[in-house]
Amino acid sequence: MSLVVGVPRALLFHEYGPLMLELLRQCGARAVLSPVTNKQILEAGLETCVDEACLPVKTFFGHAAYLAQRVDALFVPRFVSVERGAYICPKLMGLPDMIRARAPGAPRIIDPCIDMSRGFATTARSIAQLAPALGVSRGRLGIALTKSMKAASIGAGAPLDDGRTDAIGSGVRIGVLGHDYNLNDPYISLDLVGKIRHLGAATVTAGAYSRRETARWERQRAQRGAKRLFWTFGRRLLGAAYRWLDTGEVDGIVHLMSFGCGPESFIAEVIQHEASDRDSVPLMCVNVDEHSAEAGLSTRLEAFIDTVAMRKCEHANHLSTSRQPVDTR
Amino acid sequence: MRITFPHLGNLWIPVKAFLRSLGHDVVTPPPTTKRTLSMGARHTPDGACLPLKVTMGNFIEAAELGADTILMVGGIGPCRLGYYCELQRRALARAGCNARLLVVEPPRSDPWGFASVVRTIRRRATFRQIVEASRLAWAKFEAVDALDQAANMARWREVGPGSVDACIQHGLALLDAAETCDAVREAAGQTLHDVETRIGAGPRRAARVGVVGEIYIVMEPAVNMDVCKKLGRLGAQVVQPLTFSHWIESHVVCDIARWIPRPDVLSWSSPYLRHFVGGHGVESVGHSVDMARSGLHGVVHLAPMTCMPEIVAGSILPSVSLAEGIPVMSLAVDEHTGDTGFDTRLEAFVDLLLARVGDRGNISARTAPCPVSTRRQSML
Repeated sequence: MSLVVGVPRALLFHEYGPLMLELLRQCGARAVLSPVTNKQILEAGLETCVDEACLPVKTFFGHAAYLAQRVDALFVPRFVSVERGAYICPKLMGLPDMIRARAPGAPRIIDPCIDMSRGFATTARSIAQLAPALGVSRGRLGIALTKSMKAASIGAGAPLDDGRTDAIGSGVRIGVLGHDYNLNDPYISLDLVGKIRHLGAATVTAGAYSRRETARWERQRAQRGAKRLFWTFGRRLLGAAYRWLDTGEVDGIVHLMSFGCGPESFIAEVIQHEASDRDSVPLMCVNVDEHSAEAGLSTRLEAFIDTVAMRKCEHANHLSTSRQPVDTR
Repeated sequence: MRITFPHLGNLWIPVKAFLRSLGHDVVTPPPTTKRTLSMGARHTPDGACLPLKVTMGNFIEAAELGADTILMVGGIGPCRLGYYCELQRRALARAGCNARLLVVEPPRSDPWGFASVVRTIRRRATFRQIVEASRLAWAKFEAVDALDQAANMARWREVGPGSVDACIQHGLALLDAAETCDAVREAAGQTLHDVETRIGAGPRRAARVGVVGEIYIVMEPAVNMDVCKKLGRLGAQVVQPLTFSHWIESHVVCDIARWIPRPDVLSWSSPYLRHFVGGHGVESVGHSVDMARSGLHGVVHLAPMTCMPEIVAGSILPSVSLAEGIPVMSLAVDEHTGDTGFDTRLEAFVDLLLARVGDRGNISARTAPCPVSTRRQSML
């Protein structure tokens, strides 16, 4: 009888999901994945999580609650850092402890600590402690890890959203900024990407670029006198934003933030600042929380894309009117 | 160059002494008021945490007084504090302030930047002068911490309301004026003695309450609505483990001299929170556990709204409360300044604690196993 391990389909599952599932499979455990976020899951999350936390963390609690009754153990890695000199986010660093404290009926929690800020050795030591928890030998775990990393890296070449530009209609290209765990979860993001595409615009997300590329763009800006960010996913967002603002390869930027996200409250300010300085690409910020009324979002998106399309037309006609008020008569 | 720095409790006394000794023209940051808060909030994102808004307001007010250089701390995360300097640099430019931000980054992350800041602050001071200035500043740090602590311990049985605080105010003025280490020690000793004379018999019982949380909120009375004073007047003896000297020891001295053992807060917090989460998250949990085990009667947990490390700590504290049998009340603070809600909650909390405490100051066996844990999200 193999160990049944629950994997919540939330937060960094959207980043490292294939790796997690493959690792558990290679170790001989049966991985159970929670379903795509729905109303019941979010409500369960709201019940157990503190109300100050951000929406994705609340969603994670919901997924954990869904799995709690169905599995022998929950797989909640503690993501501290995935590269040198940058962290993930304090809330994610304390996630296993938060789950342990707030879900009393929760099963055993398997929480390897992923901390690459001081090199691979710390992480390797922590992952080695997984062996008894999963009931395999360390050697087998090592082999499983190598295999799963190889398998996951093949999969990583094709991100879930590869910047499709299948625009028909307005011919407008919208850059969508946001954490992958928000954008890839249609319930959290109110299917933002889908809505934009439905309005006839093409989308490209920050996740479409490799982490190395976005980090390079962010570093280049830092060399011209800005402090470097120390959040890995923040670097990705900021790097992509700099790229789009500099090259103008998108016609508009939509930034999806989750209310209460710490890093994003700062990053959004920097992006807004840069965008208003350059005045090259229009920017719209959308803040989401657990209220899920879609109508407001649809109207705003429609208006934004109309404006962007109009602006693009004007530019094509060499009429630079971006600073003049729009005549609405 | 007219230099200033963020206002935080009594931090201005030692920092001003340090910079003065190096021959700087120091603009003492004006105390935090309602105006500071609204100025700061106007120029910072609304989702940001409170210390960013308050320090931003401090900078603008200090610039109005003629400061052209601002000393600020940096950081390497994961707490947002490390990125304050970038947002503030941009906001200062947008607010039309010409003040330059001088950011002290941890020497480990940016040795060259650190060296250049040190060069700017040092000016023409000799090594000997720097050592002297540091000694004076350190003496003042220890003195203001000692006064704070004495006030927290004494307030619940002071003779006549406000008499201890009047003493402390007088003592702080003496400390500010003191120019040598000996004078500082003498002033501190004198003030501590004065405080002793203001202690009366007091009520028979005191609730011993610990105050934990994010350091800025805990240390700045204008932001935390004088929580320590309020607790004291309600009849609670306040224990506050976060002090300036403690912070400097654990963050500056131990960072440079790695062989000095740090206070091991993580081992206290470790059944509940097993990894550092930035800011003072581990300290909040660790100190609460320590307080429960050393017989305190209750813990007040202060956090700025949306503070990430304190959200983690705040999620975990209820389980600490249950397991260790100590009531914990979490209070989130934002830029709203109405303190009636605060008063009522603190009063109720201290009343409950006093009800649990027996006449001899011990928790009576009859009422022991009833941990109270209350939370609120935002002060209205």
